Amino acid sequence: MTPMLTRRVLLKAGACALAAAAAPPRFLARAASAAGTPGKVLVALFQRGAVDGLSMIVPYGDRDYASVRASIAIRPPRPGDTGAAIDLDGFFGLHPSLAPLLPLWESRALAIVHACGSPDRTRSHFDAQDYMESGTPGTKSTADGWLSRAAARHTTPASPFRAVALGPTLPRILRGDAGAISMASIQRFDVRSASQSPAPRTGFESLYDQGIHDLLHGTGRETFEAVRMLKSAGAERLTPANNAVYPRSRLGDSLRQIAQLIRADVGLEIAFTDAAGWDTHVGQGAEQGQLAARLRDFGASLAAFAQDLGDRMADVVVLTMSEFGRTVAENGNRGTDHGHATAMLLLGGGVRGGRVYGRWPGLARERLYEARDLAVTTDFRTLFAEVAGRQLGISQPATLFPGWTPAASLGIIA
Amino acid sequence: MRRRIAALLAALTLVGVTRLPASATSATLPTDDAAIVHALSRLAFGPRPGDVERVKTIGLATWIERQLEPRRVDDRAAEQALAALPTPTMSIAMLHADYPRPQPRDKATDAQMMPSRLFARPGPEKRPIRIIAEMQAARVLRAIESERQLEEVMVDFWFNHFNVYAAKGEVKWYLPSYERDAIRPYALGRFGDLVRATATHPAMLFYLDNWLSTRPDFTIRFGPNRGKRAGLNENYARELMELHTLGVDGGYTQSDVTEVARAFTGWTIDRPRDAARFVFRPVMHDRDAKTILGTRLRAGGGQDDGERVLSMLVHHPATAQFIATKLVRRFVSDEPPPALVARVAATFRATDGDITAMLRTIVASPEFWAPEARRAKIKKPFEYVASAVRAVGSHVDARGALSLARSAGEMGEALYAAQPPTGYPDRAEAWVNAGALLARMNFALALTQGRLSGVALDLTPFSGDRSAPEATLERLLAILLHGDVSPQTRAVLVDQLSDPQIRRQTPDDRGPADTDVEKLAALVIGSPEFQRR
Repeated sequence: MTPMLTRRVLLKAGACALAAAAAPPRFLARAASAAGTPGKVLVALFQRGAVDGLSMIVPYGDRDYASVRASIAIRPPRPGDTGAAIDLDGFFGLHPSLAPLLPLWESRALAIVHACGSPDRTRSHFDAQDYMESGTPGTKSTADGWLSRAAARHTTPASPFRAVALGPTLPRILRGDAGAISMASIQRFDVRSASQSPAPRTGFESLYDQGIHDLLHGTGRETFEAVRMLKSAGAERLTPANNAVYPRSRLGDSLRQIAQLIRADVGLEIAFTDAAGWDTHVGQGAEQGQLAARLRDFGASLAAFAQDLGDRMADVVVLTMSEFGRTVAENGNRGTDHGHATAMLLLGGGVRGGRVYGRWPGLARERLYEARDLAVTTDFRTLFAEVAGRQLGISQPATLFPGWTPAASLGIIA
Repeated sequence: MRRRIAALLAALTLVGVTRLPASATSATLPTDDAAIVHALSRLAFGPRPGDVERVKTIGLATWIERQLEPRRVDDRAAEQALAALPTPTMSIAMLHADYPRPQPRDKATDAQMMPSRLFARPGPEKRPIRIIAEMQAARVLRAIESERQLEEVMVDFWFNHFNVYAAKGEVKWYLPSYERDAIRPYALGRFGDLVRATATHPAMLFYLDNWLSTRPDFTIRFGPNRGKRAGLNENYARELMELHTLGVDGGYTQSDVTEVARAFTGWTIDRPRDAARFVFRPVMHDRDAKTILGTRLRAGGGQDDGERVLSMLVHHPATAQFIATKLVRRFVSDEPPPALVARVAATFRATDGDITAMLRTIVASPEFWAPEARRAKIKKPFEYVASAVRAVGSHVDARGALSLARSAGEMGEALYAAQPPTGYPDRAEAWVNAGALLARMNFALALTQGRLSGVALDLTPFSGDRSAPEATLERLLAILLHGDVSPQTRAVLVDQLSDPQIRRQTPDDRGPADTDVEKLAALVIGSPEFQRR
């Protein structure tokens, strides 16, 4: 131990040792080191189904915007009009459902990258999500996800909670050697037995704690290490701080629990969650309707997360992503079909916010990708690499994305 | 022995036998107990106590042949259990009538409301969500109780292949008919029939939005959107090629997607909120010529445009390859052996997509029986839950089946609730992770401790002599894992026997008496071995 360790950390390490007397030494080393480096956290949020970037971050200043979206365009900002876009910079505006994010924009904690996306031309949800999660557009054989590769870069012993996905399954982006864990909820993350009989956790633990190096046994070992640590950290008992109120939705629940893990100091560095329902082929709506409701949940969940974490947000960055955008023109059913570029958000400490990044390609027909979609001017890897490098301290982050020659960085994060 | 069989099978395949008569199958199949367990794990939802002996009595080849012809298998027991669930057999019109959508406020057309209706709301037994719950329960019930096991495996497979999401809009009212009328009758039939049945079913037309797709200049004439312009919607066209037939690398372009979407304009739903059925509406159809995968469809083709597209796609070589790959992944390995995929694809082409013939090719292959294929697949949550209940010899009623469906949902596979059109993945890495593993262990505990309501459990056949825990463990390993257990797992379980919690204290504390068979059974069901099939 170094003299740098604070009393709080020592106490925490001691508590861990007491709570887990039977634990192998690796666990103690991990817990102590995780507690000793109150590190930075990257939260990745995937909007699955392809969010319409043109309704989320409205380019109302583009003269071609409103005309091709007769029933779904968001009105340009006007004082007193709460159904109109909320002005950001005189050209772009927030969807009115995202009003809770405005204070974060004004305090420069929120930045936006527009016309961002994949160089691959696929309009398949499945392939495009796969590419965004593997980090290798156009290559399907990549075995692991880029956040897993980022997590695996650590050389020091890491916490079992280094990389966590909220949800019943582990997403592609965190599959790989990093030993990321998934949890449906903090509360359910344990072996639960009938009240009168003692928990048979140790029996299961021994079954999976064997020399066979396969997927099942490896996962099992990591799981029980994590269960013990979560218990001793008491994450279960933490309630939202600063009067934060999360929407009662799956996304709200996920972000609330990610905040719990951050505040419980279990060594979380990478968290992932996703939200579905963005595939608005029919009846997308404008300031009200289907997409507006999804965005309301999205904005309120993010705002509650920032409020909950308070000062701790200085160490946290939230990165949002979606597999592609949607057609510039609305389709025959007042919805939008699969498109190309979309908008991504970056929120948190160290973000050079209050700015929309990326070159705007324009919505005039001759400027569109394949004459129908917003063109990609920022490769998603440019954004992801910069965030991984700055927030996770990864040197040469471009190497997380094999086969890619990095472009000039955006300068979006300090 | 096994090598000789493999050689025989290889020789058979070389001479091009793709459709084996029963006698030929019986001459070449392995017949040892391990092979029977393997067959029951892959072609069924796992063995029940006594199943291995039953299959041995009639012969493995005969059992497989019967499974390939489910109509000839008596299934009265399952049908009886299903009688408690009315909605899976109801028509779309009846479902709309009996399970009306909840009205936020009574939209009275008559100014005078009946006083009795002032506070009346549909009871929970009449809420539309019940339709989904009953379908989930019925699916689990059949997986556990039906004698037509392979048919159930294939219904699960094809529903997932032609996935619809029950919670999207109207789909829940269409769901029973979709599985009953579009999937189940063809689960062991012809692939082309599945494509046609799903293409024209209201559930698919609604889920992938084709019912709203029209020619570009079409103006809606009736209903709340009257006077509004409609137009093309690409959703179904894209997924039809990417997920149902050619596969994402099947060689189509964005232009093909748009042209296929144009071909299907006018394929819509008649009376969507009542008797809902497929109808072709010429007025919505784009009459102009189309070019699809290099083939030109002349102007004015009408409904025939879509029919021709379906036929082209079903007979495209990429479709045979794509379907063969998915079948081999389901039945053999996460990494489908290319040589077997090629042979199954050849069977597809030679038999016009005969699913039974493709399954015969798989079952007759050395790859299916190869040692490296045994226990090579991680059970999906639905397979895990069903196989666990079968393994302990439990029987379930409708309520028990629904609690089991919930358990599968906690492990990540909520039935009829896969939102994306891809359905659920069929590869190990999608299902093995920390949270899901804990959910599996917790399920094993809940099952063996009798905490799942409606799941009848009797563990006494496992106990035998209660003061001899070693014998109990051996019996458990024999029945649940057929003795196929790693030395490590066995050692851990033997270790557990010395745990005072396993040798339960009697209430008057007179020392070890009762073996905690529940906990031992939970450990076996939660073990790494039982996660595989």
